[in-house]
Amino acid sequence: MDKTINIKVKVWRQAGPKVKGHFETFELNNISTDSSFLEMLDVLNEKLISERREPIAFDHDCREGICGMCSLYINGHPHGPDDEITTCQLHMRKFKDGETITVEPWRSAAFPVIKDLMVDRRAFDKIIQAGGFISVNTGGVPDANAIPIPKKNADLAMDAAACIGCGACVAACKNGSAMLFVSAKVSQLALLPQGQVEAARRAKAMVAKMDELGFGNCTNTGACAAECPKGIKLSNIARLNREFLCAKLKD
Amino acid sequence: MWLKDSSIGRKLIMSISGAALILFLLFHGTMNVVAIISPKGYNMICEFLGANWYALVGTIGLAVLVVVHILYAFYLTLLNYRARGFERYAVTKKQASVEWSSKNMLVLGIIVLLGIGLHLYNFWYKMQWTELRHMMGADVDISKATDGIGYISELFANPVYSLVYLIWLGALWFHLTHGFWSALHTLGWNNDIWMKRLRVISYILATLIVLMFAAVVIYYYGCSLVC
Repeated sequence: MDKTINIKVKVWRQAGPKVKGHFETFELNNISTDSSFLEMLDVLNEKLISERREPIAFDHDCREGICGMCSLYINGHPHGPDDEITTCQLHMRKFKDGETITVEPWRSAAFPVIKDLMVDRRAFDKIIQAGGFISVNTGGVPDANAIPIPKKNADLAMDAAACIGCGACVAACKNGSAMLFVSAKVSQLALLPQGQVEAARRAKAMVAKMDELGFGNCTNTGACAAECPKGIKLSNIARLNREFLCAKLKD
Repeated sequence: MWLKDSSIGRKLIMSISGAALILFLLFHGTMNVVAIISPKGYNMICEFLGANWYALVGTIGLAVLVVVHILYAFYLTLLNYRARGFERYAVTKKQASVEWSSKNMLVLGIIVLLGIGLHLYNFWYKMQWTELRHMMGADVDISKATDGIGYISELFANPVYSLVYLIWLGALWFHLTHGFWSALHTLGWNNDIWMKRLRVISYILATLIVLMFAAVVIYYYGCSLVC
């Protein structure tokens, strides 16, 4: 027999971007500890629909920790109390019977709330569009497999590329800074020979876009790396600082 | 100007001014230890660093650094508060790896600033400032202006002042434990291996600086009890 728990869910409700939000508390009984957090919210929404009430809006897509769509600030942690997982990978066995679980949206000026727990994270797309790519000018380009890359750099680039752009770093940061995200996106390319050609331009363009969109200034608290579902390391931020300062000094 | 307009430029100013102030603290602390080893030697340093041109240039440079560091601290805090948005989290939890000091640098900085105010009134005002006023023709007594030891033993004989100074140094310790490695991190001087080392070096450096200052306070308070 599955173990079940009875919980209270305190959820942020906000009808639209400009409307004042508030918390609403719902009681849920017999929630299986084997279910995921999002399944619990599905159960809650079905209950709300059957009562002819407005279901809670929240972002989700792949439900296997890859897409970066799910968000949710649960009990004071982005993606909940567990380490290195996204909200969709969070299990209800992490919560106690009778517990009140507080669920809030990401709170950052650059991520305005769309509805309830959904926030607009297009700011990240705009940062990527500013420079998070390698221009493909076809011609005599050598095959990627033919370019030797030191194992260490390949590993570091791969680790940085694990970033799924969910925005937990911004949500966790007391300054609403997007430095961990931007540093991962700059690092994954700056470490590889293909990315080095445009490295200086990329670092300047992405940082300028990040500042323009209203993200805060990094103060190296490290809350971002501690809450990152993909374990992106703080050292990436040092690399971004290095790339950016070197690019500016070269000008 | 990118130093003002970009977030990393603003942080660069904080990091360079902060690192320079740490160098000053090392310099100041080293001189303070002389007050324990040789009171006479300490008064010689006081004369040497009185109202001489090089000491005045240094003082002005230092004042500029302090003002820049403080103004940028308030400016950055304001920008960061805005970036976080006006709706705050109802529940927040501290992450285990996040230093308490790193989240309270402004508060710690304000305590350090208040301490500096008191310290300038207790020493600088009576010493270099008095000499300056004398040089500008004011009718002031400068016979005690370079008697650093006299002022130290007089001030720290008072247990309240000693305690206030120790609390001030405590805040400075917390401020430095984050400040040092953070300054290097902002300069891009960090990686996975050096991250741990730099944090340890921060603690050692902060402890060394604070001990150099605290030793003088404790030594002269002790002296006032024994002697």
